[in-house]
Amino acid sequence: MALIKVNNLKVHFPIRIGLFGRVQGHVRAVDNISLKIRRGETLGLVGESGSGKTTVGRTILRGIEPTDGQIFFKRNGSYTDLTKIKGKELRKFRKHMQMIFQDPYASLNPRMTVRDIIAEPLVVGGVDKGKNLDARVREGAARCKLNLEYLRRFPHAFSGGQRQRISIARAIVSNPEFIVCDESVSALDVSVQAEILNLLMDLQKELNTTYLFIGHDLGVVGHISHRVAVMYMGTFMELAPTENLFFNPKHPYTEALLSAIPDANPDRKMKPVSLKGEIPDVINPPTGCRFHTRCNYARDRCRIEVPEWREIDQKHFVACHFAHELALTSAKTAS
Amino acid sequence: MNTESTSVMHEQKENISSEDLLEIKDLTVSFHTDEGIVKAVNEISYTVNHGKILGIVGESGSGKSVACSAILQLLPKTAEVKGSILLQGENGNIRDIARLKANSREMGNIRGGEIAMIFQEPMSSFSPVHTIGNQLMEAILQHRNVTKQEAGEIAIDMLDRVGISNPAQRFRQYAFELSGGMRQRAMIAIALSSKPNLLIADEPTTALDVTIQAQVLELMAQLQAERNMAIIFVTHDIGVIAQIADEIAVMYLGYILERGTTREVINNPQHPYTRKLLEAIPRLDHLGGRLTAVGGDIPGPFEFPAGCPFHTRCQQMITGRCDTTFPPVATFGHTHSANCFLYE
Repeated sequence: MALIKVNNLKVHFPIRIGLFGRVQGHVRAVDNISLKIRRGETLGLVGESGSGKTTVGRTILRGIEPTDGQIFFKRNGSYTDLTKIKGKELRKFRKHMQMIFQDPYASLNPRMTVRDIIAEPLVVGGVDKGKNLDARVREGAARCKLNLEYLRRFPHAFSGGQRQRISIARAIVSNPEFIVCDESVSALDVSVQAEILNLLMDLQKELNTTYLFIGHDLGVVGHISHRVAVMYMGTFMELAPTENLFFNPKHPYTEALLSAIPDANPDRKMKPVSLKGEIPDVINPPTGCRFHTRCNYARDRCRIEVPEWREIDQKHFVACHFAHELALTSAKTAS
Repeated sequence: MNTESTSVMHEQKENISSEDLLEIKDLTVSFHTDEGIVKAVNEISYTVNHGKILGIVGESGSGKSVACSAILQLLPKTAEVKGSILLQGENGNIRDIARLKANSREMGNIRGGEIAMIFQEPMSSFSPVHTIGNQLMEAILQHRNVTKQEAGEIAIDMLDRVGISNPAQRFRQYAFELSGGMRQRAMIAIALSSKPNLLIADEPTTALDVTIQAQVLELMAQLQAERNMAIIFVTHDIGVIAQIADEIAVMYLGYILERGTTREVINNPQHPYTRKLLEAIPRLDHLGGRLTAVGGDIPGPFEFPAGCPFHTRCQQMITGRCDTTFPPVATFGHTHSANCFLYE
């Protein structure tokens, strides 16, 4: 019962130079990724900066035009390819999809009251008017534990945590089925972050919302997600149920990311797997496996042949030639 | 004036032991704004020993960065700094650097010389119009008695030491040509080029990816051990602090609420705020479980709570005590203490 199905998605941005904007090359921000998200599920998406995780989220919501591929959204029992529709038809789908951004200071219009901010998706989507609209705004605000007194105020009067609650209220007010959370808790303090994560998880239980949760903090993403995908230079390296990904990783890149999580236990010193060099130039990605230039296990085959995206274990996908034979270190736990 | 300064010096010598490199006493920083006075740091005191890493952890608005900038007198003119900052010099004599003028020659020698600082955002800390090598050489020429050519050689050597490949080529490049991790390494190279006794690192890895963060932390720990340098490491990330620090001070709204060795504070937290903070971190041990949030919001700068600054969010608040008086120090062993009424 997948709500979202993405097939072979590609997003290539042209690099234009000169007076006439001659296309000199392409940045392959997203290169051939496929995923499914079930209704009521959270799919986590992790990767370093520049890996293309934000582009994936925005493209699924049709904020960025895909170069190739299909994005299916299930509505009333049938799938619609969002890449094939536009205008009015697309707008009908927009109210079922929302986004929560990273920076609660930049994503709220300072000239609008909290009420107007939360009401906007309903107004734009033409969902409700008048008294009904007010009732729904209040309901949304209450769900996000916002004091109803606040509705008349402007966002500048609020702290980061409260602002993020306003953003979440805006996102859930139209009862969307799918929400993209793009680094939604990264700008918050730990104490507030916990609260927002709890809120997102509660809302999911109540409303059966589906999330694509994008982040760079593996602890946070692992906490909220049922499955996690690891992205590197525009492609997926590994995708697995959270427990499997953390405690039985199959890709060397996942191993490196897990080993770099600073453990809050001073008695467990981290032993980061050192990756060679830096993330290569996205305009000229390495041949073969994109990770081979930094991989400690790379062999000749990795330099030539692009690894196949395959199911190595039940629901555990990986793109590595040698995934079945590598003995990788998993994340550590207290026990 | 002369007699006064010697008598001050005399007093200080009795209070500071030879292991202490820096001792901060009752440091208070307040900002005069149009809306009123904001107290960012409230009478905090701590010492940094030679060759040790002190971690200062706190959320945004806790005053941790302001307290560090105050040491080097990098705050704007609207800031009023009180208290003393005693620094032990090379020859063992102790000066109160809070009394120096911000633009005095002596302060200039300390800033970037005896005490160096690195910041969160390496891009905005570099000049965009000078090469990395140029900026490194400037720091070296300022604080070391060498010729230009020697400075250039030292600079390339420093870049090599912090793990920058092709140092001679990087030397001629500009900040925008380097990646985030490289820039942070270059900044560490600049900070360490003057052989400081103390490095103040203000959220040095916050803007970096986890893999790069791990590399930079490893590098800092390695250089620190090699040079027996002390570090004040400021961060909001408890994972990072647990990995790198010897001692921890937990700050909240300008106060240090708890302090102790890293193991004491993290394995056996005593202040309700520290406990809550530790519980709020997502743990790999129970993925998907409910997190314990601290609850409430950090009070704004003009709604400063009376008494214990945490009482507005504390579940163990004792009415009539916590909301009126700042709690006294309770000690747990030799090095561990917290300011809380629960332990009276």
